[in-house]
Amino acid sequence: MLDGRSQVKRRIGARLWLSGGWLALLVLLAIFAPFLAPKDPLAQDLFTSRLPPFWEKGAEAGYWLGSDSLGRDVLSRIIYGSRVALSVALVAGLLTCLIGSALGLIAGYFRGWADLLISRLIDIWMAFPPVLFSILLIAVLGTGLESIIIAIVVIDWTRFARVVRAEAMTQGAMDYVDSARVAGSTRLRTMLTEILPNVLPTIGALLTLEMGIAVIVEAILSFVNLSLSTDYPTWGGMIAEGRISVHQAWWVLVFPLVALFLTVLSFSQLGEGLKDRFDPVLR
Amino acid sequence: MTKSYLSIRDLNASIHRGPPLLRGVSLDVAQGEVRCLVGESGAGKSMIGKAVLGILPRAVVVTGGEIWLDGENLLAMPPAKRRKTIGAKAAMIPQDPLTALNPSHRVGPQITDRLVDILGWTRADADARAVELLGEVHIPEAERVLKMYPHELSGGMRQRILIASAFAAEPKLIIADEPTTALDVTVQKQILRLIAEMQRRHGTALLFVTHDLGVVSKVGNHLTVLFAGKVVEDASMREFFASPVHPYSRSLLAATPKYTDPTGSLNPVPQAVIDETMAEVAAYDREHGHG
Amino acid sequence: MAEPIYKVRDLKVSVPDMARKPLIGAAPRLEILKGLSFEIARGSVMGIVGGSGSGKSTLGRTLIRLTQPSEGRILFDGTDITDLGENRLRPLRRKFQMIFQDPMSSLNPRRRIGGIIAGPLKLQGYDGIDNRVRESLDLVGLPRAFAGRYPHELSGGQRQRVGIARAIALRPEFILADEIVSGLDVSSQAQVLNLLEELVRELGLTLAFISHDLSVVRRLCGRIIVLRQGEIVENAETGTLFDNPQADYTKELLAAIPLPDPDQVWV
Repeated sequence: MLDGRSQVKRRIGARLWLSGGWLALLVLLAIFAPFLAPKDPLAQDLFTSRLPPFWEKGAEAGYWLGSDSLGRDVLSRIIYGSRVALSVALVAGLLTCLIGSALGLIAGYFRGWADLLISRLIDIWMAFPPVLFSILLIAVLGTGLESIIIAIVVIDWTRFARVVRAEAMTQGAMDYVDSARVAGSTRLRTMLTEILPNVLPTIGALLTLEMGIAVIVEAILSFVNLSLSTDYPTWGGMIAEGRISVHQAWWVLVFPLVALFLTVLSFSQLGEGLKDRFDPVLR
Repeated sequence: MTKSYLSIRDLNASIHRGPPLLRGVSLDVAQGEVRCLVGESGAGKSMIGKAVLGILPRAVVVTGGEIWLDGENLLAMPPAKRRKTIGAKAAMIPQDPLTALNPSHRVGPQITDRLVDILGWTRADADARAVELLGEVHIPEAERVLKMYPHELSGGMRQRILIASAFAAEPKLIIADEPTTALDVTVQKQILRLIAEMQRRHGTALLFVTHDLGVVSKVGNHLTVLFAGKVVEDASMREFFASPVHPYSRSLLAATPKYTDPTGSLNPVPQAVIDETMAEVAAYDREHGHG
Repeated sequence: MAEPIYKVRDLKVSVPDMARKPLIGAAPRLEILKGLSFEIARGSVMGIVGGSGSGKSTLGRTLIRLTQPSEGRILFDGTDITDLGENRLRPLRRKFQMIFQDPMSSLNPRRRIGGIIAGPLKLQGYDGIDNRVRESLDLVGLPRAFAGRYPHELSGGQRQRVGIARAIALRPEFILADEIVSGLDVSSQAQVLNLLEELVRELGLTLAFISHDLSVVRRLCGRIIVLRQGEIVENAETGTLFDNPQADYTKELLAAIPLPDPDQVWV
């Protein structure tokens, strides 16, 4: 008698459509920003300062989501800001994932002194308070996109390493790993063909989570002015500015905040949605 | 004729928006009697026990029938009353002693908590009962064992604890779901003997779920054979082993290992018999609007 | 008379007892196998029977060198494999394979059946892999279409047959079957046992069958070793063992088997 679950049809659920849709939109906006943004995000014009969004009284044509206290178009700034958010998410996310997962896999599967070394390293590393650590790093490396990415990777690789190590250990105890050994596989090959595919869903979920975290970290750092040194628009920076004038011009704070929220949410749901649709093992 | 303590009438259940799992199951367990529920994996025998105890998985729904426990229909009761009734009158001996005990709690509270929290006993009474029960299941140094964690005990000891726990509140019905499947053959014998002893001593009605006809012949008075959620035979122990009626039952008996008859045992159920029995099931489905 | 395929002399296996490890220094050793000597004849089916803690699984895994012996000698087909390193063992591995107990954890859930059976073939550098995979599926009585499925789409008995297909793909000389029917229904159990009987005949295999249940070994095995706490308590031909068991433990095991016969007085 078969397991009834295997007969459940795999649909691409609403979760995957919505999160994937938002992120795809963001990618388009980021790539085609110069063509899609209605106005120059850096152009200041005191005559058009604090214009409300298009559905409110007093709005002006062309400033769809309104303008900030320096007259810059909010929508255009959000569109250009997506470039920063996405590049940090992708680069920092992937690098953290690669380094952390590789170390976790080696520690969890090979055990022995490799595990001893890596585990001690993780423990010591995690003892540093992350926020202070990142501020310290930025102080040393200077502000800028590369520094933020380096800071995120340096601090967060342990997240991957710990979890992937645990999963690799569990997988290592499985009979199909022994079966590969019995058939004559080398340890490295076994790690890649038997362990890795079964750890990949966890890595995938963590990766999308990490991307969301990277976006937030960048936003926090630009909120405290430790992000980009130029006035290139970032969502965190817009939130910081918007906070000051929130009573007169709520839209300057709210829209970048919504963009940030939707992006982070989409990243986390994307991981879940992909797993639901593509992972052969149903839970 | 002894009155039935548990009476299942025409029970139907299916996966939510999916295929049927139980097809018109009817069986009785009289006071003080042992009925074995036999079938292969996927036949639905665990589901019946779970339906009685009210612990069906969320994806499974009862679509018809009655479950009478001590004269009351469980399926017609409001959920709260049903839980209370089941809690007071029934208990389960689960299959896997490893996962049935919580590894982060000591063994003692896992027996007594139910008595204190749900049935309102005092802690002192409950503890005394736990010690008494461990004596009944032949675990020495009861007080010391009650303070231990599950992982410190062997599989056989854990199963004894679960048996003790099941009898703790003097239930009138116990459902044992393959309680010895995970055990070694020598430990299995001890546990089966223990269950039989406890059942006789407490006069409990026992519904014993298993796939092993060898085990059935050692503990049961009556047995019910299940195939794809449908009852194909219902007989007393003697009748069945002397001469099973249904072809599927006969094949099941011929498949069971019997070292005293090497050629007459370990014969797989022939495809023809499976096809024939599946046809019966399909006919049932058509009659009842599933086909 | 032909050389036995396995010759085992004074085999001892011990592992460090981490539960009793002192702060400084090595952990005391826990002896799992305490000096076993026996032979397995080519083309025979040997039963290895014992309860939990008897060391039967360890014995099996040591025979195919998944575990390293601490002392003693193992000769496979005349070659001393006791101390061989992985590099020298690898080409030999083609000759001895294993079927695992739990069909859930012995098949990689994220690989298709075809890939799972092809695995050992690829590792040992065979060609014509697709054909061999199809042949293996045929031999175990599974439809060829199953090659494209995932393990969770198959029943327990079918998964176990995939495990067998994987083990015979390399046409080994010796197969270790470690409790392969313990989790199965009587009908699936009977099917798998019959299949093994057939394969032993057809492919000329030597089989070591580990079980805790004497009743399943009766028909399949020509000779049986009974293990208790790391020692052999009885080593006899099947008929002799069942008709006239010598060791007390063997008698205990026999008496514990529930025969499907209400006249067997027990409880």
